[in-house]
Amino acid sequence: MIDQVGVNQQLMFDGESDEKQFLTFMMHDEEYGMDILAVQEIRGWEPVTTIPNSPNFVRGAMNLRGTIVPIIDLRMRFGIEAIEYGPLTVVIVVSVQIKEQQKIMGLVVDAVSDVYSIAEEKAKDVPDFQDSDNAYFVHGLVNVGQKMVVLLNLEKVLDLSDKSGLKG
Amino acid sequence: MSIDLSQFFDVFFEESFEGLDAMEAELLNLEPGKEDSETINTIFRAAHSIKGGSGTFGFVSVSDFTHVLETLLDQIRDGQRVLTAEHVNLLLKSVDCVRALLSALQAEEEPDLSEAQALKARFEAILGGEEPSSESAEAAAPEVETLQSTTYQIEFKPEPHLFKTGNEPLYMFSELAELGELEVSAFHDAIPDFLAFDPEDCFLHWRFFLTTTREEQAIAEIFEWVEDDAEIKIEACGGLFDDEPAQPQAAQVTEQAATPSADVATESGTVKQDAEAEQAQQTLEAVQQKVETVKNIKSESRKSNDSGATSIRVGIDKVDSLINMVGELVITQAMLSQIGDQEITESSIAALQEGLTQLAHNTRDLQENVMRIRMLPISFVFSRFPRLVRDTSQKLNKQVELKLVGEQTELDKTVMEKLSDPMVHLVRNSLDHGLETPEERIANGKDPVGTVTLNAFHQGGNIVIEIMDDGKGLDTEKIRSKAIANGLIQEADELSVEEINELIFMPGFSTADSVSDISGRGVGMDVVRRNIQALNGSVEVTSKQGVGSTFTIRLPLTLAILDGQLVQVAQHTYIIPLISIVESLQIDISKVSKVGKGLEVLRLRDEYIPILRLYGIFSHQGAREELDKTLLVVVESDNYKIGLLVDDLLAQQQVVIKSLEANYQKVDGISGATILGDGTVSLIIDISGLIKLSGLRRPGSTELLVDLKGEEAEPA
Repeated sequence: MIDQVGVNQQLMFDGESDEKQFLTFMMHDEEYGMDILAVQEIRGWEPVTTIPNSPNFVRGAMNLRGTIVPIIDLRMRFGIEAIEYGPLTVVIVVSVQIKEQQKIMGLVVDAVSDVYSIAEEKAKDVPDFQDSDNAYFVHGLVNVGQKMVVLLNLEKVLDLSDKSGLKG
Repeated sequence: MSIDLSQFFDVFFEESFEGLDAMEAELLNLEPGKEDSETINTIFRAAHSIKGGSGTFGFVSVSDFTHVLETLLDQIRDGQRVLTAEHVNLLLKSVDCVRALLSALQAEEEPDLSEAQALKARFEAILGGEEPSSESAEAAAPEVETLQSTTYQIEFKPEPHLFKTGNEPLYMFSELAELGELEVSAFHDAIPDFLAFDPEDCFLHWRFFLTTTREEQAIAEIFEWVEDDAEIKIEACGGLFDDEPAQPQAAQVTEQAATPSADVATESGTVKQDAEAEQAQQTLEAVQQKVETVKNIKSESRKSNDSGATSIRVGIDKVDSLINMVGELVITQAMLSQIGDQEITESSIAALQEGLTQLAHNTRDLQENVMRIRMLPISFVFSRFPRLVRDTSQKLNKQVELKLVGEQTELDKTVMEKLSDPMVHLVRNSLDHGLETPEERIANGKDPVGTVTLNAFHQGGNIVIEIMDDGKGLDTEKIRSKAIANGLIQEADELSVEEINELIFMPGFSTADSVSDISGRGVGMDVVRRNIQALNGSVEVTSKQGVGSTFTIRLPLTLAILDGQLVQVAQHTYIIPLISIVESLQIDISKVSKVGKGLEVLRLRDEYIPILRLYGIFSHQGAREELDKTLLVVVESDNYKIGLLVDDLLAQQQVVIKSLEANYQKVDGISGATILGDGTVSLIIDISGLIKLSGLRRPGSTELLVDLKGEEAEPA
């Protein structure tokens, strides 16, 4: 079934145009984007159950209508200083295929921003930062008007067993 | 128009294995000389459908083999032949053989045909009227090869609706080609005008010349499925084509059909021929497609094997009752939403409360019934034992009667699958070590026929399975001396009979004097116990010397629900499986002593219980740390007893186990998660994982531990 979804996505884009839709969100005054097809829903922040001995960016587990979903603080995943969660803090629930397994996870971000249609070939490669581990998570950079949006590679961001990009 | 047959493979395999099980069970019921026709019929039907199915799906190795088996059964059924014990043994062996063939095919492996051929030769020897013996069997095999070859002319003229009945002539042709040298000519004179042309109809007919050593019967069989949908003529025409070179093969059949018509199409381009070419092209494409799908299936089936996806058959009554309950649930929901639409008055509040009670009732019923879907009678496990006992007792020269009690007791399917191996082990043990030889039994004044009883029944929320034998019982002296020799206990230790019997579950313990193929390989009862504990169950033994022993397995009915004790650690709620809790107590500080660096031990009656501070292991802040203000939950796992330090005991309740791994990853010391009544997630503690995580090691065998890793060594 999973493969089928992939095929459908492919067909949809082949059929229409090369543009992909990206959901963007704010974090530490930067705008980040992710493939909107991976997004399941957006929820407000609510307390979660701590998972013992988990990495610090794993906030805990949440009940999503009967499914246990891990919640990841994206700031901490990127090694950005933590802030207190406020009314704008949201959890973006995404469904990503990691190592042939479809996993549902929640990402805590400062706020959601917008949805853009971006042609993928417009995305520029990440400049080769010498000592930025986080470059590993970045799929590409793209300009929308005056702003720059960082497109994320969700598979890498959410592959928790992969420690290569890990900070803190 | 082609049908992808591979989508039915799973169903075919499942049904065939069921058929084999049925055959086996019936065969064991057969007593030569006293067979009743219904039993033979059941066996015959099972064999026949396996043959038919495997033929359809092109598993020639299976269908060829089942064919001889079926012929023998047919003769017995018609009274042409008298069933002998030899036949039953042979049939039982062939059931194993077919099972092996099918398993190999299911795993997409090349089946090992050597055994099938040996058995087939024996069948053919019997059918040929010879007395079956292994020597004649080997002699019979090459004999078939030297048969005179004959050429047959075969006319095959299918009715137009052939394709609609799901038949693919190409398969039949390639089967024909396997019989010998095949020459095919196709006739397309019947193809109608384009307007009358229906692409789903078959307008072609064929003539074959087949040179084969096989009999006409074998050819007729290929067309067996289309007999009613086609005109078929098979005539022997002497050695007319004997000196023709061997050329026509299955692949060429398609090419022959495709090439000439395609050529014609480019030349003249008439509508009629176009249509034909198209059809031929379609056939070619279909073949290619099939090849691709087969490739896909290969990779897919590997995946599905890994995940172990299986299906179960559910009684229609269970489904009906579910539908009823969902109906009630919908009615309750309608009632509640009606109340919600009204203005809130006192009477509507009362109605609301009533509705909610009803909803709770409906939900509970529904939950119980959904659980019941996974429940199967334990006879699925029990049914393999008659064969096992028969074979094993023959090997051991013991006379054994097997009694099955409570076969209808229901059990969760996943539990059942994991129960099978430990039970096989225990039953083999009873046969090998428990029961005496007939001579010994007579000398002890017992019936020469020993009895092994399998008994299953429900008790509380558990299923209890007893494996009883009336053999010599456990030899406590032998166990004791063996345990001393293995260093499991000390010479000076005084143990009760129960404690000595318990020793057989210790790792590396086996009392068998010689290692046999049946038991005594050193991996023994400890594996049984570990497997059963992995299912949250327990296994115990009671034994009386000279009278027999009883192994008692206790298992929860399902793996999906667990009786849990909610405990509080700091501000977190965890669940401890109730089955592993021995007791909960307040700590008497005067009985706590410190061992090594930082390990605390509580003296509880005669035992020393190491204290694990849960908040420490789980790195939680803000928990109560003073021993006298907290509670100790004593739990047992893998024969260890440890005390878990918690802040408070909360409620006991049944929890539905949810996977934490599905979306996250394995967490040490946690076996899963659940959702509490208020919707929050709570984690279930995995006791044996926790012991590992805490760094408690077992240095000797009787001493429990020492050496707790410093907490700073734990991953933060």
